[in-house]
Amino acid sequence: MKLSLRIWRQPDADTKGEMVPYEIDGVSEDASFLEMLDVLNEHLISEGKDPVAFDHDCREGICGACSLVIDGQAHGPQAATTTCQLHMRKFSDGDSIDIEPWRAGAFPVIKDLVVDRSAFDRIIQAGGYISAPTGTAPDAHAVPIPKQDADAAFNAAACIGCGACVAACPNGSGMLFMAAKVAHLGLTPQGQPERQTRVLGMVAAHDEAGFGGCTNVGECSAACPKEIGLDVIGRLNKDFRKAAIRAA
Amino acid sequence: MNWTREAYRVYRVAVSTELQSRTAAHPVKRARAPWKPWRSTIGLKVAMGVSGILLVLFLVAHMAGNLHVFEGRESMNDYAAGLRSFGEPLLPHESLLWVMRLGLIAAVAVHIVSAVVLTRRAMQARPVRYASKKPAKGESRHAVATMRWGAIVIVLFVAWHLMDLTWRTVNPVKDLHDAYGAVVATFDPERWPVTVFYLLALVALGFHLRHGIWSAVQTIAGPNTRWRKRTQAVSLAVAVLLVAGFAIVPLAVTFGLVS
Ligand code: HEM
Ligand code: SF4
Ligand code: FES
Repeated sequence: MKLSLRIWRQPDADTKGEMVPYEIDGVSEDASFLEMLDVLNEHLISEGKDPVAFDHDCREGICGACSLVIDGQAHGPQAATTTCQLHMRKFSDGDSIDIEPWRAGAFPVIKDLVVDRSAFDRIIQAGGYISAPTGTAPDAHAVPIPKQDADAAFNAAACIGCGACVAACPNGSGMLFMAAKVAHLGLTPQGQPERQTRVLGMVAAHDEAGFGGCTNVGECSAACPKEIGLDVIGRLNKDFRKAAIRAA
Repeated sequence: MNWTREAYRVYRVAVSTELQSRTAAHPVKRARAPWKPWRSTIGLKVAMGVSGILLVLFLVAHMAGNLHVFEGRESMNDYAAGLRSFGEPLLPHESLLWVMRLGLIAAVAVHIVSAVVLTRRAMQARPVRYASKKPAKGESRHAVATMRWGAIVIVLFVAWHLMDLTWRTVNPVKDLHDAYGAVVATFDPERWPVTVFYLLALVALGFHLRHGIWSAVQTIAGPNTRWRKRTQAVSLAVAVLLVAGFAIVPLAVTFGLVS
């Protein structure tokens, strides 16, 4: 496959970036999208040029490190798929492909396609945890939980913290990520003691980081590689309303 | 090596971009007013939703009231006069109207202020735009355009509408007791651009409500997926009924059913 790429190049956070064109030939359709970029980088290195920086780790769709907005779509054109699990057979010979970083004020670019997602960590630090005594793992049936709640909590816990929801949202909102955590922890008995402080703290950290508000457009959910649904945002809103009234 | 900030940044990028994404230093933000739940993005959304629902209730009452036009001049004008004399002589003249007007003004103010603040935050949240356009895939993909652009159309419409039918500045019928005559005069076929503007504004209103109603419920009540789908259906139905109920009046005048 022969492809014309346009890739966002930005040397560091303080320098203006731009879309730079690259041609690449001989791409296998069995290559993953990141492997295609690896090949491009080998060419660039052999020509003595600066390789394209991009984030990745597991390359099996579970860690949330990879990103990339491909032709305007977070994690590319394939639904429920991370960029590392996207394969070149999704594209055709001769295609032009635009590759950009997640674009959000709260996710400043570090270099090229790599953005700083520590704003998510600050949201987690503000309440996305439970306080439980450590020790040996309790028996699985020691704390009963209704099957429905367990399933819903499990679905919400599938969030890998990649940030595609922010990248896809027209408002640059981090609501789907935050809501997935609030739903995941709020649905389990272990998450109850901190339920009220959690939601208030996380929303404060979310706004402080400079994410926008949710307008229920749903682009986040459509882009999410783990198919987190909009219902978690409803749950977040409800928890927030109750906590805010009780705290007032 | 002298570890200037710049050297440190270059070093970190060179060593590990993955680690960097978790640890980079953050620009210090300007200090803001102390955080209050109602000033948060969700708090403002709730304010916008509650005021929006109040406005929808007003629209339902207003739409139903307009239908008096089909019962003739007397019934329509009696209805308008009834709004003014409600509760008299126990209550002063126009008390009900003024309570409603003050409520309306408050709801409109809350609705617009929260919308403007949230829109500004949303714009600041994406300082650099995407170079490539994406196909919208979301559940309410039309909403990005219809809520903010629609709002501007509706504001212009309401301004015109007040000058037209409340104050009569731009209406040929100056007699404030003749609401019927004013409606017939404003939608006179010769003034067709007025009618076209009304109908276009109603379409904008319909799209605004189609998303706005279910979005407000999602924000205030937080329903699960099944109830969200139901709310979306109700929202569409209310929008269609309201638009049809409002549109039928100017259309009736245009086609001579009311004159
Ligand atoms: C096209 C159909 C409509 C007709 C025939 C109509 C007619 C009228 C009339 C006759 C009045 C004056 C009532 C009075 O004298 O007390 C009025 C007031 C008003 N209308 Fe409409 N209207 C229509 C649609 C709308 C829509 C779609 C909106 C909102 C977006 C709206 C918002 C208002 C407001 C805010 C007032 C002022 C209420 C007040 O007097 O305090 N109208 N309308
Ligand atoms: S909600 Fe989905 S898109 Fe957002 S961070 Fe989690 S996995 Fe990524
Ligand atoms: S690299 Fe781990 S999810 Fe893509």
